[in-house]
Amino acid sequence: MEPNKKGGKFMFGYRGTILRVNLTTGEIKKEALDKELAKKFIGGRGLATKLYYDEVGANIEPFDEKNKLFIVTGPLTGTPAPTGGRYMVVTKSPLTGTIACSNSGGFFGAELKSAGYDVIIIEGKAKNPVYISIEDDKVEIKDASHLWGKVVSETTDELKKVSKEKARVLCIGPAGEKLSKIAAVINDYDRAAGRSGVGAVMGSKNLKAIVVKGTGKVDIHDEDNLKRVVQDCIKKIRDNGVTGQGLPTYGTAVLVNIINENGVFPTNNFKEAYFEKADNISGETMTDKYLIRKNPCYRCPIACGRWVKIEPLNMEAGGPEYETLWAFGADCGVDDIQAIFVANHLCNEYGLDTISAGATIAAAMELYEKGFIKDDEVGGIPLKFGNKEAIIEWTKKMGLREGLGDKLAEGSYRLCEMYGAPELSMSVKKQELPAYDPRAIQGHGLEYATSNRGGCHVRGYMISPEILGLPEKLDRHSIENKAEWVKVFQDLTAVIDSLGLCLFTSFALGAEDYAKLLNATCGFDYDKDSILEAGDRIYTLERMFNLEAGIDPSQDTLPKRLLEEPIPEGPSKGHVNRLSELLPKYYEVRGWDEKGIPTKEKLQKLGL
Amino acid sequence: MMVRVKLFATLREGRDKDRVYELMDGARVIDVVNMLNIRLDDVKILLLNGQDADFDVQLKDGDVLSIFPPVGGG
Repeated sequence: MEPNKKGGKFMFGYRGTILRVNLTTGEIKKEALDKELAKKFIGGRGLATKLYYDEVGANIEPFDEKNKLFIVTGPLTGTPAPTGGRYMVVTKSPLTGTIACSNSGGFFGAELKSAGYDVIIIEGKAKNPVYISIEDDKVEIKDASHLWGKVVSETTDELKKVSKEKARVLCIGPAGEKLSKIAAVINDYDRAAGRSGVGAVMGSKNLKAIVVKGTGKVDIHDEDNLKRVVQDCIKKIRDNGVTGQGLPTYGTAVLVNIINENGVFPTNNFKEAYFEKADNISGETMTDKYLIRKNPCYRCPIACGRWVKIEPLNMEAGGPEYETLWAFGADCGVDDIQAIFVANHLCNEYGLDTISAGATIAAAMELYEKGFIKDDEVGGIPLKFGNKEAIIEWTKKMGLREGLGDKLAEGSYRLCEMYGAPELSMSVKKQELPAYDPRAIQGHGLEYATSNRGGCHVRGYMISPEILGLPEKLDRHSIENKAEWVKVFQDLTAVIDSLGLCLFTSFALGAEDYAKLLNATCGFDYDKDSILEAGDRIYTLERMFNLEAGIDPSQDTLPKRLLEEPIPEGPSKGHVNRLSELLPKYYEVRGWDEKGIPTKEKLQKLGL
Repeated sequence: MMVRVKLFATLREGRDKDRVYELMDGARVIDVVNMLNIRLDDVKILLLNGQDADFDVQLKDGDVLSIFPPVGGG
């Protein structure tokens, strides 16, 4: 191996260099990436979890100065692979206490790779607000006092002005500075590493932003082969009805109507599962009336991102995803799409996770409705289901921790716990559930309960087979074979998150396609089975981390409402989730014991 | 008999998105799809009163039929 110019190693696919920045001491180091470790854990989510676990362990307090924040790309980030612009933020979550790994698109990840780094490890805590400036080899810690308190667009504009043209900016907003447990890291103005409070860990380090500009490129093992594989994958993506037509035309918002028509569109904090006015906040409505253009990420043939007209603010900006339309819409009983556009924009500006922010307001609405939150706490903005003013004003107050917003900034679980009603938080492992009611989608409920980062839909998207019929249609009410399906989906997702690709490619591509892309790029010898085994390895490693962090398997559960209160009305009336029947089978399929702990044999088989 | 038919996404182009039709007794889902000039290949999901259905299912008075092309997201 020849050393690369940074002191790392020359590697195909990877840049071979870890950038380590200590904000306490100001020390900046460049270290070689271990090739064998990279191959075993692929990159992104897998590699960073392994590095984090080895360096920090599982018992750190998330806001402790000794906690570390990993910004990590995958081997396909910054390559010609379709959607190859993703990066991950990995740390211990202040929201859940589990491993946090939040994924984002846009252009930052590919730029970081161009600058020559696979991973940034941020250690320590700066005395005053700072940002990290990266221009290829030149890395500096700079003063950010003047940026502290500024929203994401102001911060990004300011840093683009003083940096090289076309520099890419990742930053936090006021929510991250104020340690909101649902704060996001935002890059390129409106792309979010949204979940699990990773923005608060960045804020706890007094780190406002990272600016990156790179001029290098990723070395490819077999350029001709990669070109062929990429062409084949792009054709599959274009020919697929979802990635070639549904998502490009309507964005993720196309889901509003189909989820609602199935009667699994959680409404009014999951009290109901059918929203009468869903079409007012649908992808069809957004596209017909307010879409200005698409807002695609790096090298993406799908381009699901939206750019919309926000009428109340008289401006254009990034539009909401499906999950956001649901969280601020149906879950809060609001059918005014423009009010949701505003709330979404505020989340991007303050740096809040839209799912958790909307779902926390929904929980607050139920607390208010049931008399836990009193009128004198709401400052004239009643937390009533259906109140469009509430979703806007309470998002602002949450972002700035003003008044009752200070409690909302802790997320729905802690909010409801403060009022003595934790059962009103629709969360798993303290993270808010997304936009699908698992009472009538059995496999998806199992996925929620066993997700390694708490309530989450993108750890094993069972909506695909159970609702959308991809790759084949399963009966959503049946529990048969669901444990097996969940495991495969979770393992495949771990692979995609580690490669640096977008999960949406999996509507069109399979494990074999990912293995081909990875092999052509890195010169590896993965096949369909071994790449899924790598996913299993990553998933099991995360499980081991969580167990060591004290996340007991008894937390593999769902809110009581979803297990005991049948859906009251609509097409899925009468159903509850049958988790207790699903979970033992899932543990068995995973090679974990009956208590949910991975067996020695399983760990050995995976090389853990 | 009266059947409410709801169309979504691209299937709305040039068609009513939500309309009640009077159909002959014994009509099946496929008859509605043909009547609306929807190509079979363009139909990915059929829901009859919110539950999965297929082209052969016989309709009855008061049914709600929802027809979707391939959609996805997350």
